[in-house]
Amino acid sequence: MSHTEHSVGIVTPEDAFFDTPLTLASGAVLDHYTLRFETYGTLNAAKSNAILICHALSGHHHIAGRHHPDEKAPGWWDSMVGPGKPIDTERFFVVGVNNLGGCHGSTGPSSVNPATGQPYGSAFPVVTVCDWVRAQARLADRLGIDAWAAVIGGSLGGMQALQWSIDFPSRIRHAMVIASAPKLTAQNIAFNDVARQAILTDPQFHSGNFYQEGTIPRRGLRLARMLGHITYLSDDGMGEKFGRMLRSGEYKYGFDVEFEIESYLRYQGDKFSDRFDANTYLLMTKALDYFDPGQRFDGSLVKALGQATAKYFVASFTSDWRFSPERSREIVKALLSAKKPVCYAEIASEHGHDAFLMTDAPYVAAMRAYLNNVAKEVGA
Amino acid sequence: MSLRADLQLIADWIEPNSRVLDLGCGDGTLLAYLGRDKQVQGYGVEIDVDNVVRCIESGVNVVQADLEAGLAEFDDQVFDHVVLSQTIQAMHHTEAILNEILRVGREAIVTFPNFGYWQNRWQILQGHMPVSDTIPYQWYDTPNIHWCMLGDFEQLCAKNRIRVVERVVMDGERQVRFLPNLLGSLAFYRVARG
Repeated sequence: MSHTEHSVGIVTPEDAFFDTPLTLASGAVLDHYTLRFETYGTLNAAKSNAILICHALSGHHHIAGRHHPDEKAPGWWDSMVGPGKPIDTERFFVVGVNNLGGCHGSTGPSSVNPATGQPYGSAFPVVTVCDWVRAQARLADRLGIDAWAAVIGGSLGGMQALQWSIDFPSRIRHAMVIASAPKLTAQNIAFNDVARQAILTDPQFHSGNFYQEGTIPRRGLRLARMLGHITYLSDDGMGEKFGRMLRSGEYKYGFDVEFEIESYLRYQGDKFSDRFDANTYLLMTKALDYFDPGQRFDGSLVKALGQATAKYFVASFTSDWRFSPERSREIVKALLSAKKPVCYAEIASEHGHDAFLMTDAPYVAAMRAYLNNVAKEVGA
Repeated sequence: MSLRADLQLIADWIEPNSRVLDLGCGDGTLLAYLGRDKQVQGYGVEIDVDNVVRCIESGVNVVQADLEAGLAEFDDQVFDHVVLSQTIQAMHHTEAILNEILRVGREAIVTFPNFGYWQNRWQILQGHMPVSDTIPYQWYDTPNIHWCMLGDFEQLCAKNRIRVVERVVMDGERQVRFLPNLLGSLAFYRVARG
């Protein structure tokens, strides 16, 4: 069975409940919360071989393997995580966690608020990358991990890896920041806002309290995802895959699905709106917009990195225009100015932003090479 | 570990514990050696992704970038030594990179194949563009577009108010002191401002 080769196999998520209040960047307080997580591999006696993988906008804790033999697709980064893979579970103890505000088991807007007995809905506070990192640090405490061998993430996940190195310098040896940015541009925030508007103006949204109404703002979520999806692909990649292909081979002179790309986007939108929570989507996009680790340091990322002691791996992809190589180079420039060790690879790929989830050979080779050295360094 | 003779010569010019930038660092051999034997804090710049992966394998800090685009990622005067090894002859913006390396570094080490080497002259006399150990390309597929001899490079330095601190000319593993522009195949310069 080829799909089980180099797989972590059947995995089971776990829940960690925290009743120490967490004060968020917004000032709001979460009195208690649950973090759902998965682990792969074995924590060594020295507890030096732990890797945290942070998820992006629509990701979660289920990174590798399957929950049951019939699960259609494995975890979202199964290509990178497993025995003998670049994030080698025979050497590393890998942790994936669903972030606060998520909709895959950790406390979020669709969870029941114990104070009211109803889902949080609009009452769930806005969370930031810093909040997530602090919650993740508490999970690390719970798992007995003083310092991560590496914190790894793509896109919004890369922002968490970068923030870890700034907020908890002594608890992270390597930060691997992939297809990410030091902060969003106006254009990027604009895309997020159109996505949010699609959700917020859906009549089924009910100001975020749609659970009680027994509805789902499916149309808004679908549009948000369709827009997002366009920005995750490259023009060339999309052209190669779909071009101007028609489903029926000829124009119908109407507004139904005609071009293959329309069909594809609608399918992606539908699939997403069935499984993702609209409030979570809003929260994740806000976390992206607010991310700006330099802000507390006179707007200087170089200063923000001043106390960092991690070593860095930064990677970008040539056809990624949502988080373009220029943005990764800004991170690299700040790291160089702050005199931090860094390896930067700019991978030629036509997969756009999604390339960080793909397996372009030089990307996999660079990850494997870097992580091999991490493993040697921590005795894994 | 023993280095290739030309890299050893460069390594010998680099002070222990200094900060080094190696432009066009290839697979990171020089930086790996300097990190291990001289405890330098080094960074490489390399355009080829396979070489970038080899640098990562060697534990060398490396930034994948095209030198022709300049060194915008690097601040002024942050390196003690900037190495440009057998690369300048393949660059479009020769004069610009020469000034860039002395913007980011206190001192530069520039090496290049000497076009004035007698074997090159001999091949030209025979009616052909030179092909040799140090110039292993045919004229139609060479990356080398800006050939010079010792005097040409020194003139360019003078024009840009760059001082030649030290010059060594080699032929294979042998240092050439007599008629270097005729008998030397590889030129090594330490240059600095003012």
